[in-house]
Amino acid sequence: MKMLVLVKQVPDTATQVKVSSDPRAIDQTGITWIVSPYDEFALEEALRIKEKRGSGAADEVVAVTLGPERAKEALRSCLAMGADRAIHVNDPAFEGADTLVAAHALAAVARLESPDLVLTGRQAIDDDMGVTGAQVAEILGWPCLSWIMEESVAEDAKSIRVGRQVEGGLEVFDVPLPCVVTAQKGMNEPRYPTLKGIMGAKKKEVKEWKAADLQPGGMSAMTAALEVVALEALPPRPPGRMLTGDPKEMARELVRTLREDVKAI
Amino acid sequence: MAGAFWCVVEDDRQGQPKKVTGELIGEARRWAAELGGAVEAMWLTDRAAPEGLDQLAGWGASRIWLWEDAALVPYRGETWAPAIAALASRESPRAIWGAVTSRHRELMARLAAQLGAGIAADCVAFSLADGQLVATRPVYAGKLLSRVRWKSGPWVATLRPNVFKVAEAGGGAAPTVERQTVGAVSAPTRFVERREEAQTGLPELTEAEIVVSGGRGLKGPENFALLEELAGVLGAAVGASRAAVDAGWKPHRFQVGQTGRTISPKLYIGCGISGAIQHLAGMRTSKVICAVNKDADAPIFKIADFGLVGDLFEVVPHLTEEFRKLKR
Repeated sequence: MKMLVLVKQVPDTATQVKVSSDPRAIDQTGITWIVSPYDEFALEEALRIKEKRGSGAADEVVAVTLGPERAKEALRSCLAMGADRAIHVNDPAFEGADTLVAAHALAAVARLESPDLVLTGRQAIDDDMGVTGAQVAEILGWPCLSWIMEESVAEDAKSIRVGRQVEGGLEVFDVPLPCVVTAQKGMNEPRYPTLKGIMGAKKKEVKEWKAADLQPGGMSAMTAALEVVALEALPPRPPGRMLTGDPKEMARELVRTLREDVKAI
Repeated sequence: MAGAFWCVVEDDRQGQPKKVTGELIGEARRWAAELGGAVEAMWLTDRAAPEGLDQLAGWGASRIWLWEDAALVPYRGETWAPAIAALASRESPRAIWGAVTSRHRELMARLAAQLGAGIAADCVAFSLADGQLVATRPVYAGKLLSRVRWKSGPWVATLRPNVFKVAEAGGGAAPTVERQTVGAVSAPTRFVERREEAQTGLPELTEAEIVVSGGRGLKGPENFALLEELAGVLGAAVGASRAAVDAGWKPHRFQVGQTGRTISPKLYIGCGISGAIQHLAGMRTSKVICAVNKDADAPIFKIADFGLVGDLFEVVPHLTEEFRKLKR
């Protein structure tokens, strides 16, 4: 069974992001880059599927990313966690790519690799679009199950049972493979790479692919359909009012203000 | 003639459109008035109650495209997306909008890919530049705002609940209802079962107008009961910080923040939450923010409209009591 895990390198959640001199981009100075947390859940799940099946080398977990040179670090992290090999789609042609271009590129990788299962996070925590998994599935004509909380692959590796999170509950489906699933937080606890894993990662293959390697004649699909006009900081919130003293008095004053002055209640 | 604004209906699975659908229609009417084009509702459901259709009419939809078929529930991408995509190829709508909900999020992504259109997810505002619609959407979980525009239409977007105003009564002619049939879909995905969450009787976190949220200051899972009582009085949803979720006090679906839900309620009350960047990112677009914390230097006070410096175990019960008095 071959699994493709689509990951994206993003700024760490504790990072303050600022707009750069180009208003369409963030200032990358001093940013700590990580693998987007939801993609880590996807990778962890793929590794667990492989371990549970216990078929050894017959099963393969391939980490895939689209991004600039620095994104190789994200692939190294995936290899250290246990991915078998990695593919880096790295081409200036993808600068300014929107989700649709990215999805076409990743779908092209899937076509060339013919995996049984594609896993990715429910969203990358930079542009927060949360559409890549579904778009890759649509382009491939595969089913997609989003925000999954649990899965189990059938013994014959022909289908997967997944539970997806919806408002008020969990919906469980049987889905024939190949398909795309997107991971929600809570489905697992990603492992930390061991020292052995980190050392071993250095020997694993990271293939670099250019746009031309992906899809002969596919460039017409490579025009972004959405463009960023500008990024901006949030307008600052007006200074607040601090209340101190007796808890009962504070509570009374807050409720009165919310009711009478702010009319929030 | 300019293409229509299509608003996909989100319903309560009982045949009634949800409030967010009224918000979609309200915002679409605003831009249709400006740019031309009709506002139409797209409803895929197993059951459309007559009152539900009346509600859509009341919000001002001039036409209702209705697919009523048991095969449409629960949502599956391979049944919903082709239905709308096929109609879109024929009708060339100007925009296709959905709500930020589990099924619309995925549906809109698939539709955009199918139509080769740009998609702006999780929009909180629209504006015009050079006669072109521009969407504003939070990125980096709300640390920044991004303004985006479409280079290839239709303008596919999802709109965040609670942000846009519900459409006022339309007063136009009664809408025509166009019944559509779901084509013979070979949906490979087979529905097995639905497992309900334990019913709290409280609203869904992302749709709630009021959210009461708790963090590490609660000291343990059992103390969320204090917040649930307050939430019950207010008809609010309960949220939690990442610290509380990672400690196992609440399941992840309660998490507010960059790796949880991003919310914009009318009123947010954070209790025992210090306010890590990643949490603030998830709630700072709330209209009114109140915070209760022992530590007067807690970062959450920097963005709070009202900061109560005190022990939440003393303050929250008084808050509950005071809000309860209002109700009487």
